[in-house]
Amino acid sequence: MSSAATTSPSVDKVDGFSRKSVRKAKQKRSQSSSQFRSQGKPIELTPLPLLKDVPAPEQPELFLKKLQQCCTVFDFMDTLSDLKMKEYKRSTLNELVDYVTVSRGYLTEQAYPDVVKMVSHNIFRTLPPSDSNEFDPEEDEPTLEASWPHLQLVYEFFIRFLESQEFQPSIAKKYIDQKFVLQLLELFDSEDPRERDYLKTVLHRIYGKFLGLRAFIRKQINNIFLRFVYETEHFNGVAELLEILGSIINGFALPLKAEHKQFLVKVLIPLHTVRSLSLFHAQLAYCIVQFLEKDPTLTEPVIRGLLKFWPKTCSQKEVMFLGELEEILDVIEPTQFVKIQEPLFKQISRCVSSPHFQVAERALYYWNNEYIMSLIEENSSVILPIMFASLYRISKEHWNPAIVALVYNVLKAFMEMNSTLFDELTATYKSDRQREKKKEKEREELWKKLEDLELKRGLRSDGIIPT
Amino acid sequence: MAGADGDDSLYPIAVLIDELRNEDVQLRLNSIKKLSTIALALGVERTRTELLPFLTDTIYDEDEVLLALAEQLGNFTMLVGGPEYVHCLLPPLESLATVEETVVRDKAVESLRKISQEHSPVDLEVHFEPLVKRLASGDWFTSRTSACGLFSVCYPRVSSTVKAEIRQHFRTLCADDTPMVRRAAASKLGEFSKVLELDYLKSDIISLFTALASDEQDSVRLLAVEACVSIATLLPQEDLETLVMPTLRQAAEDKSWRVRYMVADKFSELQKAVGPEITKNDLVPAFQNLLKDCEAEVRAAAANKVKEFCENLPEDSREQIIMTHILPCVKELVSDTNQHVKSALASVIMGLSTILGKDNTIEHLLPLFLAQLKDECPEVRLNIISNLDCVNEVIGIRQLSQSLLPAIVELAEDAKWRVRLAIIEYMPLLAGQLGVEFFDEKLNTLCMAWLIDHVYAIREAATCNLMKLVEKFGAEWAQNTIVPKVLGMANDPNYLHRMTTLFCINALSEACGQDITTKQMLPVVLKMSTDQVANVRFNVAKSLQKIGPVLDSNALQTEVKPVLEKLATDTDMDVKYFAQEAISVLALA
Repeated sequence: MSSAATTSPSVDKVDGFSRKSVRKAKQKRSQSSSQFRSQGKPIELTPLPLLKDVPAPEQPELFLKKLQQCCTVFDFMDTLSDLKMKEYKRSTLNELVDYVTVSRGYLTEQAYPDVVKMVSHNIFRTLPPSDSNEFDPEEDEPTLEASWPHLQLVYEFFIRFLESQEFQPSIAKKYIDQKFVLQLLELFDSEDPRERDYLKTVLHRIYGKFLGLRAFIRKQINNIFLRFVYETEHFNGVAELLEILGSIINGFALPLKAEHKQFLVKVLIPLHTVRSLSLFHAQLAYCIVQFLEKDPTLTEPVIRGLLKFWPKTCSQKEVMFLGELEEILDVIEPTQFVKIQEPLFKQISRCVSSPHFQVAERALYYWNNEYIMSLIEENSSVILPIMFASLYRISKEHWNPAIVALVYNVLKAFMEMNSTLFDELTATYKSDRQREKKKEKEREELWKKLEDLELKRGLRSDGIIPT
Repeated sequence: MAGADGDDSLYPIAVLIDELRNEDVQLRLNSIKKLSTIALALGVERTRTELLPFLTDTIYDEDEVLLALAEQLGNFTMLVGGPEYVHCLLPPLESLATVEETVVRDKAVESLRKISQEHSPVDLEVHFEPLVKRLASGDWFTSRTSACGLFSVCYPRVSSTVKAEIRQHFRTLCADDTPMVRRAAASKLGEFSKVLELDYLKSDIISLFTALASDEQDSVRLLAVEACVSIATLLPQEDLETLVMPTLRQAAEDKSWRVRYMVADKFSELQKAVGPEITKNDLVPAFQNLLKDCEAEVRAAAANKVKEFCENLPEDSREQIIMTHILPCVKELVSDTNQHVKSALASVIMGLSTILGKDNTIEHLLPLFLAQLKDECPEVRLNIISNLDCVNEVIGIRQLSQSLLPAIVELAEDAKWRVRLAIIEYMPLLAGQLGVEFFDEKLNTLCMAWLIDHVYAIREAATCNLMKLVEKFGAEWAQNTIVPKVLGMANDPNYLHRMTTLFCINALSEACGQDITTKQMLPVVLKMSTDQVANVRFNVAKSLQKIGPVLDSNALQTEVKPVLEKLATDTDMDVKYFAQEAISVLALA
């Protein structure tokens, strides 16, 4: 494969991020690299003959030599140094990519440690600091990896190696071990979307081929997510990791292990609280729905979890939550629906009366969903009383005419479903409101009394409470 | 006693608990925030027997409510009957210390630390320490993280057997499987070291420190650097070389920039902790490397410490070390490719002049200051200018004035208003150091130009600046240089500029005194009361209110009063309002 062919699609992908880049184009350096630079000395590699130019029996040894040479890492922040040698390494890597793709019988047992060593030397590095202190993946242009011309080929090579028909996991597991995987996972924090894309494929292959590493990989992803949620709120590769998890969950055997359920409740649900949810919400919702399709009894804890973390101030997130909830309701079993309908519709009733019209609108769209409608209809005696007060109020008060129109439709639907209950609720609407007001007043009085008591005690004993 | 202990009929527990269970989160939160009131109504005994068990059982709630609860319980000792019953608070706090949300857990730990002090030594062993042990061996990582924060508060007050157990638990957590727990342990390592006996410090802590400092995760390693400061402070000097230095050297050259950054960031503390000899032999080369680090973040952190590091060098060799080792690196940083590095350096570099003295400053530092004054990045220039006072003491500011002026002029016209704002704030200082003649000649026009800036914040700052200048240079100077220009703006076609005249008068009247105010400013203000723009007119009312106290009573009665009375009948309601306010404040009614 020629290098031009490999780079052009990734360049397109980068352009997907250029929304804001136009504005910032001038002031921004967009490349970074944190390879520890070998200072000063120019690097010399002795050119080797091409693999295809030597007789077959000599090829394996030459292959090892080339791997050895490619362990040398160049400084790409210095655009002027070692130009010849950089080009030499690039063409060697290209040759290696071709070699593992087509050649047969090259994978001797000695090659494994050298391949892993070459890959490790090139890809494992401390990621550079982010350009801006508060890197906002939605706003800021990602910093691209400067050494990508080499790095991409190394990833390409590694993937071909893992996918090669001759590849034997039983030999490779000595070298692709827990430490290797841990370093690989850390790279998912790379700001460069091209790199994360390759990493996704690499990790997927490793998960597929190394059964012994699966539990370890899941546990480490757990740790990354927990740190992301509860400590840093910063990790660039969440969407990619979730994408891998989506297919992992798909393959879980039934009944689900306690470990997996714990992961759902203690890790995936809390992921909803993160500020940058929009960047990985699609993948997250997919994982959640996968779980529920596997085991419908998880519906209740999942929905209760979402209700617990329901966004209070961020309307965009609220819309995302409503979207995810609809996906869940699409696959919910009626018996599960009954278990959570009360808390669920109390929340939906709050959303419907949101002054933010997108939130209200998103919630009201549920009534266009046939399956949800059928569930509501079956349980209208429970749901209608919960929803009625807000619907009635909005139909009179909401500022947005589109919302009012939607609410009328919903009220009409309810009226058709259960006209007796509907009339009853309309009749008692006023008295119910008055009862609420009275209760509110009683509460206030109670607290007033309690405060008087506190004041009295405070005065009588100088703040020290008598025992 | 029954009366003092609350009244069953008035405050049945059910009603109160209903409040804590209210469906509306906001109301539930309000109730929890007034938990002490509820406890007071119940009295200590029922708080212990009914309220606390209820709270312990219903710990599943929104994190916001839990946070409020965790905080409340830290102040509950008296409400449960004083120190002898304080252990009743442990069960709910223990549950709170295991929840996922970090803020809640941290607050629960904080409260537990607080009430640990209220436990008697016996209760500490009977109730508190078992709780710490339970948390330390919890299944889920959250409880183990919380445990890390509790070891150091109970360690000093328990028997030696229990102490041994606590040390064992801490050791286990330092080697925990989850990085979250290891981070928590590493962040408490310094604190725990402080309460440990020296022998155990050497035998236990050092090995933990070494292990954490070479953890596979850099987020753990960098926390060990923090602990390094405390540990080095606690150890006798002769042990530092063998017990601490190998780890510190390794951290300063860590492959992760985050760890190196932490070393740079803690450099002054480390320097103090290891003492002058090690500083000379080890830290000086380490500092040089950090100043030359390949990551700009690290260089900037190190650059920030240049002055402090130099100041704290042992006096006998200070100058020699700075001149031969530090200054060459500093010179390179002046032309660094990264503006944050240059700007960090610019904020401290002037401080070196006091350390190096007049001759060295002129020969070696002055060229650097001048180069930074010409830097392309405004922040760098600004940082130099804002620290001019340090140099002024050593060589006088005149040495710099040639380069200073173009730098100031350029900043004064910078496209970013925040930069302009920053330079205005240094004007009074500059004026003081440069003297009135230099000021009149070079800077006065700038100060006047800011008055008609198109950003309000700049005009406002410019007004305030004039006041400070008048305070410095006196009323006579004001009368000759500033007042005529300010009053001239009263006829400007732009009403915003006319208002600036009023704002300047507000600011200047007091500093200028009665004579100038009455004779020069007042007529202008009065004349503006017939301005077409209502905003100008109500600002006239405001100005009159402001300068009223400076005027004599004759002027007030004969000149101000009629104008205000007329404004009080204005067609615009704001003008009326402010005119009436002025009349009543000045007591002219």
